[in-house]
Amino acid sequence: MSKRRTLFDRVWDAHVVRELADGVALLYVDLHLIHEVTSPQAFSGLRRAGRRVRRPERTLATVDHNVPTGDRSLPIADAVAAKQVDALGTNAREFDIALFDLSSPGQGIVHVIGPELGATQPGMLIVCGDSHTATHGAFGAFALGIGTSDVEHVLATQCIVLSKPKNLEARISGKRAAGVSAKDLILALIGKIGTAGATGHVIEYTGAAIEALSMEERMTVCNMSIEGGARAGLMAPDDVTFTYLQGRPRAPAGDAWPAAVDRWRALRSDDEAAYDTRVTLDASRVGPQVTWGTTPGMVADISARVPDPAQLATENERRAAARALAYMGLTPGTPLAGIPIDRVFLGSCTNARIEDLRAAASVVRGRHVATRVRAMVVPGSQRVKAQAEQEGLDRVFREAGFEWRNAGCSMCLGMNADVLGAGERCAATSNRNFEGRQGRGGRTHLMSPMMAAAAAIEGQLVDVRAW
Amino acid sequence: MVTQFVRHRGRAVTLPRRDVDTDQIIPKQFLKSVERTGFAPALFHDWRYRADGSPDPAFELNTPTAAGATILITGPNFGCGSSREHAVWALVQFGFRAIVAPSFADIFTSNCYRNGLLPVRLQPTEVDALIRSTEGGLYEIVVDLEKQVVTDDRGFYARFSADPYGRELLLSGLDEIGRTLLEEPSIAAYERSHS
Repeated sequence: MSKRRTLFDRVWDAHVVRELADGVALLYVDLHLIHEVTSPQAFSGLRRAGRRVRRPERTLATVDHNVPTGDRSLPIADAVAAKQVDALGTNAREFDIALFDLSSPGQGIVHVIGPELGATQPGMLIVCGDSHTATHGAFGAFALGIGTSDVEHVLATQCIVLSKPKNLEARISGKRAAGVSAKDLILALIGKIGTAGATGHVIEYTGAAIEALSMEERMTVCNMSIEGGARAGLMAPDDVTFTYLQGRPRAPAGDAWPAAVDRWRALRSDDEAAYDTRVTLDASRVGPQVTWGTTPGMVADISARVPDPAQLATENERRAAARALAYMGLTPGTPLAGIPIDRVFLGSCTNARIEDLRAAASVVRGRHVATRVRAMVVPGSQRVKAQAEQEGLDRVFREAGFEWRNAGCSMCLGMNADVLGAGERCAATSNRNFEGRQGRGGRTHLMSPMMAAAAAIEGQLVDVRAW
Repeated sequence: MVTQFVRHRGRAVTLPRRDVDTDQIIPKQFLKSVERTGFAPALFHDWRYRADGSPDPAFELNTPTAAGATILITGPNFGCGSSREHAVWALVQFGFRAIVAPSFADIFTSNCYRNGLLPVRLQPTEVDALIRSTEGGLYEIVVDLEKQVVTDDRGFYARFSADPYGRELLLSGLDEIGRTLLEEPSIAAYERSHS
């Protein structure tokens, strides 16, 4: 009998072009997503060496990281950013790569448009020069972030050399309570395992609480795998996955569709497959989560208080927590609920899909943003934006005092003009609360779209379950 | 072409913090460049310089003994977060050849090997010992990738285990893309059997 295999083993095995050494393989890449920030040096390298892009039709480009989210009829004010956007246009044209540029109705955050187009499919190996590529793992793909040298390598060879990561099963059982979202599950998991808890591993998310998630919620969970240190995160595809994909522009169509679904149904872990590491989480015990520090692992239930560094186990942790609290301007023992905020950011590849906007709008409807708060909604893609406008969500947000912007990464990483000022405190639906991430001196609290929406209305962190 | 790394002796400087993410190593405002060079001034920018642009004398890399350092000794999970290879370019262009820490983030590790920068993983107690040794002023260590050991002149000796593929890349300094292109028959065969 053959060895019992995990979902990850299956996807890995199906992509081995050649074993190069023990545990090291040359793997074939099905889909290569590129954007303006981490690709220009790779194209320069190709040109210098006189190399071509091996499979342009397996490459997809968009602009998202540095683009303005204001009026799209105006030129990009930042000349350096504009040059980078232009470079992607030039490279895409020269190497014959499909590009969703600022004028395209398909433009958006790379991890939002891949699934939206149906380009992301179960069983694929997907790479992108961006650490949140794990998002696509929600479809049962092995999707990982790579650096620019590897981007160049994939452009030239359509392959990547990898040492096979270990496999971690994160089993999330139980049923979520009302007011608790996919974001809360992944934040709670990262809080439990730590920011390096899954280093060297690919996480497979399993369990009843995962199976119960919608496709977009699954993407939120997989998206933050990197925040637990994982090389990637994935989930077995099922009818939820297939229903989401059917009819999308790049999904298989006609006779190819049922054949693809048959193939995809085999993408699951065998019973009693061997994982290197296992962790469990009971979803029914998870409340809305809020980060209090400067890593996503510094997270607690909204009903908790700012922790006291002195209570932590090791000197290393005590120093890190004390430093984080000094940066965040927080005092140990302060209840998290009630901490006043200045800004709200609803956006990012983690939480800017249509369901996220609907969830936030349901909290906001008929209410108004607190007087001293500046709040913005940045849809994950222009298609998400158009869909939201069709549903009238833009009106809900605008009437409540939110800014309604165009698609991009925006204030998740603050490469464009959307940044926090020093000392400003922000309720954000993004994925990183690192020092300065949203602007030098800015203070980020990560949370779900519903929690961020409620914080916008009250002007402080608040438990959305009480609403 | 990967810069070759076999053995390096150099001055060590410490940054005793855990979870140093790539946003700290190189903040986003420096990622708009389309070039691969010019990142040294941006290294640890928001820690290295105060808001008015003057160097912060309290920051570890601004101390007089840090001048000319080529080996960085730091805390666990170094290089976590964003995949930006600019972080590695900035470290290399600043002059670093090796980073010693109890653990590193995966994408960062991969980026290091492709730029001639060696990530050296030692036990936390060994890293602590090195950090203590730097407290006395100028301190040099030797990182030997061939033998996979770290030593100093005072009898410090620690073994490490580099990623076998990354080690081969650094020892040979080969052109990885050029090497993979030699696999063309295998790649073409894979494509034929999967189309």
